[in-house]
Parts: sequence; C-alpha cells; structure tokens
Amino acid sequence: MQIYLPIAEVSVNAFLLLGLGGMVGVLSGMFGVGGGFLMTPLLFFIGIPPAVAVATEANQIVASSFSGVLAHLRRKTVDLKMGTVLLVGGLIGAALGVGVFNYLKSLGQVDLLVKLCYVVFLGVIGSLMFVESLNAIRKTRAGVAPKRKKHNWIHGLPFKMRFRTSGLYISVIPPIIVGVLVGILAAIMGVGGGFIMVPAMIYLLGMPTKVVVGTSLFQIIFVTGFTTLLHATTNYTVDIVLAVLLLIGGVVGAQIGTVIGAKLKAEQLRILLAIMVLAVCGKLALDLLIQPSELFSIGSAGGH
Amino acid sequence: MRGLLLILLLLAAPLRAEEVVLGLSQDEVSISTNFDGSEIVIYGGIKREAPIPQDQPLQVIVTIAGPQEPITVRRKDRVAGIWVNTDAMDVSAAPSFYAIATSAPWGEVLNEADDLRHNVSIPRRIRSIGAWSQVANPQEFIDALVRICMDNGLYVLAEGAVDLRESTLFNTAIRMPANLTEGEYATRVFLTRGGKVVSKYETSIDVRKVGLERWLFNLSRQQPLVYGLLSLAIAIAAGWGASAAFRLLRSG
Repeated sequence: MQIYLPIAEVSVNAFLLLGLGGMVGVLSGMFGVGGGFLMTPLLFFIGIPPAVAVATEANQIVASSFSGVLAHLRRKTVDLKMGTVLLVGGLIGAALGVGVFNYLKSLGQVDLLVKLCYVVFLGVIGSLMFVESLNAIRKTRAGVAPKRKKHNWIHGLPFKMRFRTSGLYISVIPPIIVGVLVGILAAIMGVGGGFIMVPAMIYLLGMPTKVVVGTSLFQIIFVTGFTTLLHATTNYTVDIVLAVLLLIGGVVGAQIGTVIGAKLKAEQLRILLAIMVLAVCGKLALDLLIQPSELFSIGSAGGH
Repeated sequence: MRGLLLILLLLAAPLRAEEVVLGLSQDEVSISTNFDGSEIVIYGGIKREAPIPQDQPLQVIVTIAGPQEPITVRRKDRVAGIWVNTDAMDVSAAPSFYAIATSAPWGEVLNEADDLRHNVSIPRRIRSIGAWSQVANPQEFIDALVRICMDNGLYVLAEGAVDLRESTLFNTAIRMPANLTEGEYATRVFLTRGGKVVSKYETSIDVRKVGLERWLFNLSRQQPLVYGLLSLAIAIAAGWGASAAFRLLRSG
C-alpha cells in the first residue's frame, strides 16, 4: 500500500515503514538507544530527503522512548534523579552543539564531519564494549564474581548526590559533563545520543546496566522532543504522516524489545549492542573507503 | 525593417497551416494520501485548411515539464583515502520532472536550431549560468544530473511513444512518478516537418495536494509551532497507547 508523504513529497510503501519502525523499536526497548543512528540512514536509503528524515526521526524517537520509559517505570528501572541531571547537561550541550553545527556548516564539509564522527565514535564505543562484555562473560563462566563499585578519582569530586535507584553516591559533575558532551554530539550527528549515553553511563558513571536503559530513554524523550519542535518551526521538515507510520511500528517494537531485554543477561545485552554499533560503523567506514558507483550526487541548492 | 517583417511572415505562415487540437485525459493531478503516480493520456488531432503537405512526414513531440528549481550537483573524489564531495556546481534551474514523447527517433523529429529556439531536449531545459566559474567541466556535471534523473524516472525520453495516424490523429501516455512536487506542469505539443517546428501548442496540468495532504502541508507552513506540538502529542499518545495496550494484553 503506497502512501504519499505531504512534507517529504514522495510516495512510499506503508508496510515497509511500519516494519522499519518496528525493527528499530525493538532495538530501542532492548538497549535504550533511540535508534536514530540506524533509522536515519535507512530512511535515506528508501528515498526520503535527508532533512526530512533527520527531523521526522526525532519525532518518532519521542514516541518509542516514551513507550519504552513507561515499561521501565513499571519495572522501577528508571533513575529519574540521574536522568534529570543528565538532561540538564544534555540541553546545554544541545544548544552548544547547534552552534558548533552551524559554524561547521559555514565552513562546508559538514556531511563528512558527521560521517567521520559516526565512524570514530561508533568504532571506539563498539570495540570497547565488545571487549569488555566478552571479558565479563568469560569471567562469569569461570565463576569469578564481577568486581563492582570501584573507587576512582570520580568519587573524589565535590557536590555529591545520592542516586538511590542506581545505588550510587557520586558528584553531579561527571553526569553533567557526560550530558553536555552527549548533547553536543547528538546535535551535530542528529540523533538522540543513546548509543553514546548508554556506554557512558555504564563505564564512566558506573551505573547498573538495567537502570541505564530506562534512564537513557527518559532523557532522550526530552532531547528529541526539543529537536522536533526546533525542526518543525525553523526548517518545516517534520513529516507527520511519515512519523505516524514509523511510530506505530516503533511503539509496538519498543514494548517487545523491553520484554526481550529483561530476559537477557546484562553482559549479553551489552555484547549485542556492541555488535550492532560495530556493524553500523563498518558500513559507514566502507562507504567512505570504497569507490561509489555514482560519483555525482544531487541536492537541493543550499541544503546538505 | 521590411526584411525582418518578411522573415516574421515566413515564420508565422507555416504555423497557421497546421494546428494542434489537444485533449488530455486529466488536466489536474490530485495528490491524495494514496497517490501512487499518475498516467496522463495526451491525444489530439491536427486541423488544417489545406491538403496535407507531402514533401516531408509530419512528426509530433509531446513534453511535460515540472516546476523549475535550483539544484546542486556534487562530485566525490578521493582525498586521503576516503571519498569526499570535492566539487559542487549550482544549476540555477532544472525541471523537477521532464518527459518527452516523440513519434520517431530524436534525430528525425527536431533539428538543433529549433531545439535551441524552443528548449525541447532534456539538456536544453537545464540552465547553468555561471557554471564555468564553479567547475572546470560543467558538461560532466550536467550529464550526471541528467543520468541520475533518468535513472530515477524523473527525466524520460520516450522515442516513438507517440502514435501518429494518417498525419492527423496522435496519442501518447506519459507516466508521472509518485514523487511529484506541486505546481503547474507545462505541457507542450510540437508538430515538426524535416526537423523544423511547424506548429506549437501549450497548456498546463495542475498538480496539487488535496484533502489531508493539503491540510497538513498548510498547517506545517502557516502554524509550525502548532504542527510541531501536534507531532509531539501524537508521539506521546502513541507511546502511551502502546504501553497501555501491552499491559492489558499481558494481564488479560
């Protein structure tokens, strides 16, 4: 069944969009990532103009994250306090990121920078997580109890706060810095930032994996909601019909994903996320390295 | 002055000898939610006061052109091992859609001079003023633009697709793809003899969004904040709805 999208001005298969939304929704519920880093390239691929894809994707992430957060709230695996602290940092970072993005745009080559950003961050985060979770799985098999609550320099910082749900008593400075950095990257790369936020919470803040997913989703709702409004009012690129099709699939998928996620062990969850991140990274790296079959590309004048 | 008048008369005289009477299967295309492209049948006859000239066969060219818009064509090149957009050329105007149907192979229906005068062929529709100052070889960029648009079905050259009977009746069908932009689609019919245009007829097809499509598009432009909030409200409602539905499913 073909559906004509009023803003994107293209006609696409409705079931294809429902399927894509569902698939990304499952991942979203499982890993606490918004799925933007997967969905945006997929939308480009089926012929949605990039500007519309990026803006509409933000809107869809709001829906799937909200659906996911409700499921996590019932299971009490959302650290609202930590989420709020991260969000404060995230919004500051997003504002800074938009400034950085516009500055880079004026220099040209912003597309390349975004792609390189993706390759570097996905590559580094993916490999670190992969190695770490592989080691964790090996240790569990060998019967060694995993070491928790390591004390390092982070615990020496001032402004300490108790995060009951995460079982942490740490300074608010690291979460705010993480929030700002993720916010900047999210604004530049046009995603919710879950795939950076989740590993950062696990490895930098030492939060338990189960809590991380819900908390990440919680702050993604606000960041992507803000982005949606920004795109709708400045670029007019949010396609509501496209968003509805994607989010119907997405919200259902997110519920299924949460159920699957709850059945998996933390290490298994992390290793799956690592593999997925590495796969996307590999694909993007190949696109940059292999000679494209068509050297020329067409864009609307002024856009990217 | 008299010489100019004579030339004008000579040019005008054959135009009156044979005239196009045109019919369209539809003179407007409505883009509704389930729009999946449209096929437009263009048919017509040739009205003449004099007997059919026998010297050269009559040929028919039908074109449909979408709104002109500026486009940027970029070329990738290898820099430090990775493929990067290096050169870009701004095309000041190119049609968003352009289809040509002819009654015979291109070489037989129109000569260079008349193509230049009436802007019929695909490359003639692409205006690239100032291209030389941007890239060394603009022709390569224009060729790429035409190639990519032809691959996507946005530019069509259908030689021999016009069915011409007894040099009097003609008909053809032009397929318009699903990814149309709104606007006036200029539709032209040329009658040619020996590559020269002897008569020309112009009309337009109106491509418009209707119903829900129209309403959403207008809302997004006129009240972007309301539109944005509406998008968010739908997203939140859908997220909550799915969550509630799943809870019911599992408890029930």
